Amino acid sequence: MSSIDLRHIARLSRLHLSDEELNYFEGQVAQILSFVEKLKDVDVEGVGPTSHPLSLSNVFREDAPKPSLAIEEFLRTAPKAKGRFFEVPKIIEDKS
Amino acid sequence: MKPNELTAFRLAEAIRKNELKPEDALSSLEAEIAAKDGTIRAYVAFDPRRKKSRPASGPLAGVPVALKDNICVEGEETTCGSKILKGFVSPYNATVVEKLLDAGAVIFGRTNQDEFAFGSSCETSCYGPTRNPRDPERVPGGSSGGSAASVANHTAIAALGSDTGGSIRQPASFCGVVGLKPTYGRVSRYGLIAFASSLDQIGPFTKDVRDAALLLGVIAGHDAKDSTSADVPVPDYLAALKGDVAGLRIGIPTEYWEKAASADLLALKDGAIRTFEKLGATVQPVSLPHTRYAVNVYYIVAPSEASSNLARFDGVRFGFRDGAARSLLSMYENSRGQGFGAEVKRRIILGTYSLSSGYYDAYYLRAMKVRTLIKRDFDEAFKKVDVILTPTAPSAAFKLGQKTKDPLEMYLSDIFTISANLAGLPAISVPGGESADNGLPLGLQLLAKPFDEAALFRAAHAFECATDFHKKWGNVR
Amino acid sequence: MSVLTTIGLEVHVQLGSKTKIFCGCEVKFGSKPNGQVCPVCLGLPGVLPVLNREVFRLGLRAVLALGGEPSTLIQFDRKNYFYPDLPKGYQISQYDHPLGRGGQIEIETPAGAKKIRLNRLHLEEDAGKLLHDQSPEWSLVDLNRAGTPLAEIVSEPDLESSDEAYAYLTALKAVLRAIGVSECDMEKGQLRCDANVSVRKAKADPLGKRVEIKNLNSFKAVKAAIDHEVERQSAALEKGETITQETRLWDDEREKTFAMRSKEEAHDYRYFPEPDLVPFSIDPSEIERERAALPELPKAKKERFIAKYGLSAYDSGLLTQETRISEFFEETNRLIGNPKTTANWITGPVFAYLGARNLSIEETRLTPALLAGTAGLVQKGSVSLQAAREKILPDVLEQGLDPASVMKEKGLEQVSDDSALEGWIAEAIAGNPKVVAEFKGGKDGAVMFLVGQVMKKSGGKANPGKVQEMMRKTLAGS
Repeated sequence: MSSIDLRHIARLSRLHLSDEELNYFEGQVAQILSFVEKLKDVDVEGVGPTSHPLSLSNVFREDAPKPSLAIEEFLRTAPKAKGRFFEVPKIIEDKS
Repeated sequence: MKPNELTAFRLAEAIRKNELKPEDALSSLEAEIAAKDGTIRAYVAFDPRRKKSRPASGPLAGVPVALKDNICVEGEETTCGSKILKGFVSPYNATVVEKLLDAGAVIFGRTNQDEFAFGSSCETSCYGPTRNPRDPERVPGGSSGGSAASVANHTAIAALGSDTGGSIRQPASFCGVVGLKPTYGRVSRYGLIAFASSLDQIGPFTKDVRDAALLLGVIAGHDAKDSTSADVPVPDYLAALKGDVAGLRIGIPTEYWEKAASADLLALKDGAIRTFEKLGATVQPVSLPHTRYAVNVYYIVAPSEASSNLARFDGVRFGFRDGAARSLLSMYENSRGQGFGAEVKRRIILGTYSLSSGYYDAYYLRAMKVRTLIKRDFDEAFKKVDVILTPTAPSAAFKLGQKTKDPLEMYLSDIFTISANLAGLPAISVPGGESADNGLPLGLQLLAKPFDEAALFRAAHAFECATDFHKKWGNVR
Repeated sequence: MSVLTTIGLEVHVQLGSKTKIFCGCEVKFGSKPNGQVCPVCLGLPGVLPVLNREVFRLGLRAVLALGGEPSTLIQFDRKNYFYPDLPKGYQISQYDHPLGRGGQIEIETPAGAKKIRLNRLHLEEDAGKLLHDQSPEWSLVDLNRAGTPLAEIVSEPDLESSDEAYAYLTALKAVLRAIGVSECDMEKGQLRCDANVSVRKAKADPLGKRVEIKNLNSFKAVKAAIDHEVERQSAALEKGETITQETRLWDDEREKTFAMRSKEEAHDYRYFPEPDLVPFSIDPSEIERERAALPELPKAKKERFIAKYGLSAYDSGLLTQETRISEFFEETNRLIGNPKTTANWITGPVFAYLGARNLSIEETRLTPALLAGTAGLVQKGSVSLQAAREKILPDVLEQGLDPASVMKEKGLEQVSDDSALEGWIAEAIAGNPKVVAEFKGGKDGAVMFLVGQVMKKSGGKANPGKVQEMMRKTLAGS
């Protein structure tokens, strides 16, 4: 397993990792990845992927309206709200 | 006998016959929790005054059922053992909660778990670890450690947990109780906070096999809110408990037992085979050649799905947010960086990596293909046998802190349980023996073909009746 | 510098189901903020999506109407990225196995008809809305739109000018409206468009670097943005600069595109099959049933109008953009019995009225019977065409009044009564002997002066056709 760009992966995952964490994870993640690398030994020629263990298909719901949630109540537990809205910090372009 | 020491089946019967009142059960649990849970810490929340119940005369009328902290209950905080969900109050009930309430069950408390169900020891919760009631120096297993410990400790009559790679069966094995992972699609996942969507199932922890059959009968069934819920009739599971396994074909997978070479596990195997043969079952070897890759596949599939499932914990709409963050990016990164624990971060990183461009084919797609091969192995095996018998875990409960430094070693605790999740099969762990080293319980795992939980109950119940481990561990007095 | 332009369009169309794509929240425009949300579309912990059957059916209908092939295996994927308007941190979309592939749209160009190939049509969920303009420190999140069903229709890069892009969008909208899958109301955001634009100097050159333009909220904006972008890119080429592959935003007010100053790393959406939804397939019999239920599409209807009614391609095109209009035309024509006259009424004064007020025809009081009645008054000679168009039709459109009553009330009726006309004709002849002599001397045009005299005497109410006819008869007999 070649060295992986953990900072890039952490950014994609929107996870702040301290340098200590980065170091700590780097070895572990590499170890786990080399463990899963063993899958390369398996002959999967002509084998389709299984994304569901069951062979269900065509599951629908009917186009019938259901009542909506009382948002005022839910917003009381939100980290930050203004009126009937959730509030977030403005997108500030960080230098990178 | 104290009401909290009864099985769900006996307690429901006593309430029906007016020998006990539902309040008796709850107050005896309250007393027991006050006396014993200070050390074990199976619960993260317990408040009989906030109990939920409906007037119902169903099979669980008056029976308290504890829930793992990842099953949503309307009006209650549900946190998955994570700081990031502190303050999240679910505005809806999980489908299993609706079914429990309709069957007369009483919902009263949440049990501890590994954070977001990532773990095999119940040590990564933001509330701190749960301890094993059989030996408080040891872990109860995980991730549903709180549910297993509460049932083993008689601080719960029965409990629900969730199982993505063994999170019900392995703690059941460690704590000496019965734990069932149903067939994928048997129990609705609606309201279960997702870990890995294609692997997760909710299932019961109980003191004996009959209770597991009783609980599954209540929570199983098709749910229109879950696209992956199967529309398959739910049989009367209690009727499967005949105590008779004459003619049942039991398979012993060579590849599993090759890895189970310890004296404890060999004794477990010999004991189980002898018991089943004596009961009239036929035992034969089966081959599951690709299951040796199950853990490898699992550590691609599960973190990949998890990395996406956990993206919604972003500090925008609920739960924890770093209030000091001034930009959107720092709000995301700090809320998630501070809100998630180390194991969760590790798996998000692993999953994001496996899915990222350039690696998808080599990791995720290949893992999904090997998953197909594992599933085919089981399809073949179940042409020859009705039930497959394996150990549940590589060892009895280990000590707190013993495996936290080495994630890979921790991941290997699920080596025998993971295949059932990958293939979507039902599997049960029943107390099957004890360790010669320390006298701690060892679980025996039985697997069956999809939707044939009845075969599991039939075999496990016969084994239980013949061995009485459930009595030895004091589950049933 | 003249350059060759290559354009591909990605059009997002809101499908007209009652509820959202994966939950039972109603799709409504203009509700209170976060008033149309539930645990599923809020992306709360533990919830699961279930596909709306009607959304799937509408998507299939669009695939078939556009001449595409429904896929044998249809699957949803997760597109992973973080943004506050995307509650789950991923959008449920389709990547490898879209609902349908292929198809085409035919457009008119100065060089004749041209087929624009379609790449695919896939289903996905819309995101919510962010309000940015209220504060420099924070933004507000409204998730009413989150989970609204969308079909994304991706064209091949077959378009070569902004006019072609405009024609493509017009034709696509006409088809989608005709088959009832979307209202395509751009003001309500029901049709949104991204354009991929590249230029090169010569046909032999490889395709230029592709620039994606977002935020195109009207057909006019699409046209203007493409024109601006082609100009910007060709100017850059001329200066010998290289064009970077990037995403630019169209600013409608400044009429310019701007590079998105994205400081995030290149997008890596980490698509993978959505494990919370199962795969889908369509039974061939269902495809046939849906195909058979398709109405006549605008292009076929236009051809029929040309053949059956003898209308020009231009008029036929105008009358077949909208089902309501083509139906209105056919119904009115049944009553009038003159396709050209009917077409002239609709494409002329009726369209002018609708266009000026931004109305659709059913928002007026006009009915085919009322329009036929109005036209009939002109045909009978009861009123002049001009008076009918300018003085009667507006009242009919606005108030649904009977055209004959409007005519009488406003005193617009033409005098066609022989005895009244005979008197005025006699006066005109008697009063203008010189003109009469000129006419008789062979100057035919002189008759118009005499007709004009009669019109004046009648106060404009005489029927000019009838006057001329009688005038000629009288002059010939005198």
